[in-house]
Amino acid sequence: MAEKRNVIGKPLRRVDGRAKVTGQTRFADDLAMPGMLFMKLLRSTVPHARILGIDAARAEALPGVKRVLTGADFPIPFGILPVSQDEHALCTDRVRFVGDPVAAVIAVDELTAFEALDLIDVRYQPLTTIADPDDALTISEPRLHDYGDEGNVHKKVALDFGDVDQALASADEVFEDVFFFQGNTHLPIEQHATLAYLDPDGKLVVASSTQTPHYLHRSLSKVLSLPAQHVRVIATPNGGGFGGKSDPFNHEIVCAKAALLTGKPVKIALTREEVFYCHRGRHPVLMKIRTGVQKTEQGFKITGQELQTLLDGGAYGSYGVASTFYTGALQTVTYQIPRYRFRGCRVFTCKPPCGPKRGHGTPQPRFGLEVQIDKICHKLGVDPAAWRIANAVPPESLTANWLKVNSTGLIQCIEAVVRGSGWNERYRKLPEGRGLGLACSSYLCGAGLPIYWNELPHSGVQLQLDRSGRVAAFCGATEIGQGSDNVLVACIAEVLGIDPFDIRCVTGDTDLTPVDLGSYSSRVTLMMGNAAIEAAERARALLADAVARKLELPKARLVFAERRVFDGENPDVGVSFAEAVRLAEAIHGTLGTTGSYRPPKSPGDYKGAGVGPSPAYSFSAAVVEVEVDPKTGWLKVPKIWVAHDLGRAINPVLARGQVEGSVYMGLGEALMEEQEYRRLPPKLSGANVHKFPSLLEYKSPGTLDMPEIETYLIEEPDSNGPFGAKEVGQGPLLPIMPAVANAVFDAVGVRVDEVPVTPEKIAKALGAKSRRFGPAKFPEIAWPEPLEVPPPWEGGDGRAKNERPRKRDRVKGAVIAPPVEELRQSGAPEREPAVPALKKEGRPS
Amino acid sequence: MMRLPRFRYFAPRALDEAARILAGEGPEAALVAGGTDLFPNMKRRQQTPTRVIGLRGVSGIRGVRAAERGLAIGAMTSLTDLERSAEVRAAWPALSRAASLISTPPLRNMGTLGGNLCLDTRCNYWDQNYEWRKGIDFCLKKDGQVCWVAPGSPRCWAVASSDTAPVLCAIGAEITLVSKNGTRVQKVEQLFHDDGIAYLTKRPDEILTEIRLPDPTGWRASYWKLRRRGSFDFPVLGVAAAARLDESGVVKEARIFLTGVGSRPHAADAAAEKLVGHPIDDARAIAEAVDAAARLAKPLDNTDFMLGWRKEMARHYLAGALSELARAQL
Ligand SMILES: Cc1cc2nc3c(=O)[nH]c(=O)nc-3n(C[C@H](O)[C@H](O)[C@H](O)COP(=O)(O)OP(=O)(O)OC[C@H]3O[C@@H](n4cnc5c(N)ncnc54)[C@H](O)[C@@H]3O)c2cc1C
Ligand code: SF4
Repeated sequence: MAEKRNVIGKPLRRVDGRAKVTGQTRFADDLAMPGMLFMKLLRSTVPHARILGIDAARAEALPGVKRVLTGADFPIPFGILPVSQDEHALCTDRVRFVGDPVAAVIAVDELTAFEALDLIDVRYQPLTTIADPDDALTISEPRLHDYGDEGNVHKKVALDFGDVDQALASADEVFEDVFFFQGNTHLPIEQHATLAYLDPDGKLVVASSTQTPHYLHRSLSKVLSLPAQHVRVIATPNGGGFGGKSDPFNHEIVCAKAALLTGKPVKIALTREEVFYCHRGRHPVLMKIRTGVQKTEQGFKITGQELQTLLDGGAYGSYGVASTFYTGALQTVTYQIPRYRFRGCRVFTCKPPCGPKRGHGTPQPRFGLEVQIDKICHKLGVDPAAWRIANAVPPESLTANWLKVNSTGLIQCIEAVVRGSGWNERYRKLPEGRGLGLACSSYLCGAGLPIYWNELPHSGVQLQLDRSGRVAAFCGATEIGQGSDNVLVACIAEVLGIDPFDIRCVTGDTDLTPVDLGSYSSRVTLMMGNAAIEAAERARALLADAVARKLELPKARLVFAERRVFDGENPDVGVSFAEAVRLAEAIHGTLGTTGSYRPPKSPGDYKGAGVGPSPAYSFSAAVVEVEVDPKTGWLKVPKIWVAHDLGRAINPVLARGQVEGSVYMGLGEALMEEQEYRRLPPKLSGANVHKFPSLLEYKSPGTLDMPEIETYLIEEPDSNGPFGAKEVGQGPLLPIMPAVANAVFDAVGVRVDEVPVTPEKIAKALGAKSRRFGPAKFPEIAWPEPLEVPPPWEGGDGRAKNERPRKRDRVKGAVIAPPVEELRQSGAPEREPAVPALKKEGRPS
Repeated sequence: MMRLPRFRYFAPRALDEAARILAGEGPEAALVAGGTDLFPNMKRRQQTPTRVIGLRGVSGIRGVRAAERGLAIGAMTSLTDLERSAEVRAAWPALSRAASLISTPPLRNMGTLGGNLCLDTRCNYWDQNYEWRKGIDFCLKKDGQVCWVAPGSPRCWAVASSDTAPVLCAIGAEITLVSKNGTRVQKVEQLFHDDGIAYLTKRPDEILTEIRLPDPTGWRASYWKLRRRGSFDFPVLGVAAAARLDESGVVKEARIFLTGVGSRPHAADAAAEKLVGHPIDDARAIAEAVDAAARLAKPLDNTDFMLGWRKEMARHYLAGALSELARAQL
């Protein structure tokens, strides 16, 4: 693995670091233009109603108000997924939650716009509130949308990978648990903001805090009926996104329309409350897991598993169909599960829409799985760490649901946190009130499919080489604080042998940069990185050609390093990098290259197989230590050990930042965060409001509440990753919530089968006969007939037995995954857990 | 972004000038000290004064000084200065501790002791912005008809949330109120009224200028605060206890105040009575006091945490604060 690298793996200063720490980074709300107008949105105050009329005359008459827009200005719907184009930039005839935007005021300043909102009269005819999944499953009329599977059910999924009934029937014991994972939100510190204006040619420019400029670009073009080439989207640096800025948003579209209509720059900066209404956060998920086990000498093996999930989707589709599939897709990637059944159901309710939050759909069932494994281990007297190591999915294998696991460092991750935490000496041996809990997880390195069907690259990088020796890199990827600009320059600098600082990096601008699908699904490092390497290697070939001619040397002997191109056997002979560019330019003309990336085709080919496949999977393990007061339930987390297999650290300092940031976010979900709603006594009021849309009362830990974190970066290179790299932005969050719940059990012997794990719930469990706090049951849901997809080791070919043939191999020229035959044999091989080389990362001093 | 409404700002230099402006501008006017309570409330349109009188330039009402039998603290003293004051730490460490537990360091740099005592009552149907409150048709406290916490009730149950108030009540501190028409001195305890709307007994034309701490000789005090995050939350429950002991450690006098469970700091006199005449570390006396005081804790569902648990926690925090008195070394 130890090929010599000059940039990759080095803890170099991040390229945008200086601007950020000196306050020079210009976030969307920092942008200002002469003559700029300000916009505010009037939002619904009722949870569900027909709009009977909007009278804006008084608002329009207020001095300083330039324009009022309503739903009539936005007849064309949009939505992130082609299958759920169910949003209007302003509601046309119906509002579906408190916070749904109804009208927009454009005025000379923000205060005037705000004051005008109160002068708009909206007449509503109330409709039945669909408050929660129970309502959604039982009230079929009125429907929130006239699409979806039925009534207020948005989407149902039923997949069978092998005969699970038989697997459970033949098991020695079947464990059944019901869990609930409360919804929570991203809480980026930067509130969404957008500035829209017309450039001197009259073309629309929209600068916005978005993670997905490409998708926003498409939505703007669609809703505003403008040719896409006359719309420019600039993704400003995001002050945090976490999935909360990856939908095209109503405020972005309305702001753009306002600029078109007024001819003036128009800005909107959302309030914190409005960010809670944009939401697209973690779905609240109720789930039931049934797992059959067969006892063995070392412990037990899983014979089969059934998972049912019920997602409270909120008022719109958003990414919800994908989220629904994701609550089932990645359950199989960590431990060997030979047969697997998944049932998922997403419902519409009168609340802000849920969507993708860091881990998208995966943390909820992962919580259930990891807690259930802990329960089974406890019941059967097996060490949870040893069991996980013995049952880890091996590298180069397929899962029951046809996901291809390429590399895996799961075992190394477990071993690292076991060693670090003193697990073997301390687990189950700590005094009453103190405990350790372990959990693991896995996550995607980019979705195998784009949001809308196309055969084009997922990421493109363009390089332009100047005779001064300066290289400019162009890519549509978006810097949301995760360090994607750094990955881009690091990959290019490594290949070209220059300093990252020599590279001008231009990203996230649809007028200037080739498409990258956006900063979501942990795809950027892997996809953009591979595209960057391809572009850089093409540039290097041009330079090598010219230098080889000049030095009269074979190209293969040339080395690119230290801003020089030289003879590897005689390093004194060579030219500067700038000279190499000049030589090449003389031969080839102006220098520019491109690179692009498209993920390999996945082996599964059933309806739904598109969600879950990824070129690579990252793995994580965490041990959490807790202190619980057995009298009050008060819970404290003094320390966390976390290991993450990221393939290869492009920059170890930034990677560690992502791991610690994930732990921080995960701990917030584990201990306190709740996107909760409140209904008032129905006789007096129909209100159904977000319980507390504020940064003070939506509880999330601050820096001072954070425990000590010990981070281990496990580098198990993946052949699909750039320099072997995999994702690190989302995966490390996943094990934290279940590890906390498992630690609480070790500390005081009670189960909280619910997230967040709060002192109140622990206290209730301590007082309960069952020694448990959690949901009692999962509702009866009429599932559709399942698709039957035999697992790889039961003779399947990745298709469903009971599905009409689907179009295959539409992606021409894509890298095809290894032959199914080959993988099938490696499906469940024996593997001795190897003792890995550990790289321990201390905290920065 | 949320914007402040328009208002006219006055910046008096002297106390009498401030009092005169305040009286002249009438009920449309509000005083502002550090602004950490008033300005967020104005952004949420909970308070919409059209006149704001800033006290920051007024001389003579800031800082800690020795007074006859005790300490005098200017109302404009910042919470940071209060927390760090060596005199306060020496005399009444519980007050210093209560100040250190308020909000965050930047807010403590701005927030003042006077502002902390006059802090608006809190309720999670109330501490919301204008549009949200419109969504529930507002509430009794302002613009609405119903108290959503207790819909049948004719009053507002918003919660007293100042951390220093219960401690100042327990140690028997006094305040000075100055208006155009004169000056009066009263017990801190008398400043509060058990109503979420009219939570202060102070007249609108009065300025709180000074807080007088009594001589601590023979006294010890403690303060326990319950909240979800140690980094910046308001108290969901605060227990302040103070006791005067004789040389043998027997309690001669005691006062216990609870905050976060009603619209004013609640005096648990019957509970305090149980401690008198017993050694401060008498477990039975403490248990009886806890029983008596816990009865006072009738939290409503308008703050953080589940209701039942908060009630249960009152016992633990009372026991904690009272036991700490026994441990406290002066
Ligand atoms: C995020 C956050 C967390 C907080 N956490 C806590 C907490 O944990 N505990 C806590 O106790 N408080 C907390 N606070 C509230 C507040 O910061 C403090 O109570 C602070 O001490 C208020 O003082 P101030 O000077 O800023 O008051 P201001 O906002 O200036 O005034 C508050 C009120 O008092 C009146 N007033 C101020 N000075 C005088 C005077 N001299 N005479 C008469 N009336 C006066 C004002 O008119 C106003 O009505 C928090 C606030 C925030 C924003
Ligand atoms: S206690 Fe009742 S009246 Fe008072 S603020 Fe809360 S809801 Fe309003």
